[in-house]
Amino acid sequence: MSAPDFDAIVVGAGPAGSCAALELARAGKRVLIIERGPFPGSKNMYGGVVYPRVLDELIPNWWDEAPVQRWVTRRSTMVMTPNQALTIDFRSQNWAAPPYNGATAYRPDFDHWLATKATDAGAQLLCSTVVTGVLRDSSGAVVGVRTDRPDGDLTARVVIACDGVNSFVAKDAGLYGKVDAANYTLGVKETLALPKDVIDQRFGVRGREGVDIEVIGCTEGVNGGGFIYTNLDTIAIGVVLKLPKLAAQSKRPEEIIAAFKRHPSIEPLIEGADLKEYSAHVIPEAGYSMFPKLAGAGLLVAGDAAAMCLAAGIWLEGVNFAMGSGMYAGRAAAQSLTRGDTSAAGLQPYLTMLKDSFVLKDHQKLRNIPHLVLSDRVQHQYPGFVANLVERVFRVDNPVPKPGLRRILREERKRAGIRWRDLLSDGWTGLKGFG
Amino acid sequence: MSAHEEKWSTIGFDDRMATSEFRIHERAHIVVDGDACRGCSTKECVVACPARLFVPTSDGGVLFNYEQCFECGTCYLVCNKEGAITWTYPEGGHGVVFHRT
Repeated sequence: MSAPDFDAIVVGAGPAGSCAALELARAGKRVLIIERGPFPGSKNMYGGVVYPRVLDELIPNWWDEAPVQRWVTRRSTMVMTPNQALTIDFRSQNWAAPPYNGATAYRPDFDHWLATKATDAGAQLLCSTVVTGVLRDSSGAVVGVRTDRPDGDLTARVVIACDGVNSFVAKDAGLYGKVDAANYTLGVKETLALPKDVIDQRFGVRGREGVDIEVIGCTEGVNGGGFIYTNLDTIAIGVVLKLPKLAAQSKRPEEIIAAFKRHPSIEPLIEGADLKEYSAHVIPEAGYSMFPKLAGAGLLVAGDAAAMCLAAGIWLEGVNFAMGSGMYAGRAAAQSLTRGDTSAAGLQPYLTMLKDSFVLKDHQKLRNIPHLVLSDRVQHQYPGFVANLVERVFRVDNPVPKPGLRRILREERKRAGIRWRDLLSDGWTGLKGFG
Repeated sequence: MSAHEEKWSTIGFDDRMATSEFRIHERAHIVVDGDACRGCSTKECVVACPARLFVPTSDGGVLFNYEQCFECGTCYLVCNKEGAITWTYPEGGHGVVFHRT
């Protein structure tokens, strides 16, 4: 067999692919990234926050150059009913200075920047090219990719699939079992323009400080959630919707956003803003339980292609898991190439690295949380129960004397039709799951 | 409702879609099996597609458009008729191009 075109081919120039290629290029390997969009990031959309801690290891002082919109210094979690909202609001000025914690950024900017780090290190980038399948040798090992270019077959000793949530590469290679729509949500988002000083005033921030608001109970009976993130002079607002639930009712995604925007606690934040961009993307929501096989002969899979989004209620993360898994995939592939063994066994160090890091530890620990967060009780019963509970506590019913908290809890639980058994069981799942 | 309020709170679907960039290729990357759709009573794709690309027809089928597709995959994931929607990515460099997402 003639020498392959590359040591490694990375499919997809998102955060997973670029970190994989960066590691490979730094290890002196000949690596090609194939991106189907006209530029890295052009197909990518998310809620709006990157947690770039993992970049400390790859790009020292990344914050001096990364195209960030705002540094998140304020995080709010909101429980909502049509006419109530309970918000837990946290602010930390520790997150307003290096090394920072979370950042809002536009993915076409951020992903493009990260891909440039890989190409600066020596990786080659081929855009506007779709990988349509994998090439295999007679033993079934992956030995390259087929693209939509004329004579578009490209060979490599190892292929890393970082081709996103629909990963046709991982599916074509047989790493996924049956795909279940219940494991996915649809995210739809509006990018709304407002002057920077108006955003600063409405959200109570200054300079480059930013806000992250996550909401439950705002999706019109479809299991899911809502989000608002501040960019410099735009606001990202949207909802995520569990696919089978969305498909089984009659409200369209943009109507659910519209209802969310009309909520009395949301409307004043976005009033007068013009729609600049409407977008949609599917999210692998179920976490660890939906992971595909992560490695095969000549093949690794990372990022959304491996379903590595973490949708655990108070933690909604994805780009960091993509960057982390991509980095380990690139590192493991480089070591395997050096050893001259890219068989399934030779690529196993990837799994060891993931198991020793936040990527698998977080997903394993929180494996039951995504299901709990999207469960019918948490979605449709608890928000009203909690909001009514708090309303009763704060309501002054003179001349009726104040009821005790235990009585309020008893009465509101009954009114919400929630059984103690379910409440305790969900509470236990939550306690155990959040560890 | 004042003209100002109208401007920001209600936007027609075509105007909404016009805010996204699509570089359209002549090949349709979504292929729908009309017979399978006529036998489908639930038509999950119609309500779930964020770009409203699937429209039910009077004869019980589905009319579809591929041009303003976000390439999210919702349609084939929710479709309950095995093989009714064949979905691939558009040609390299084509399809949706995000900017402030």
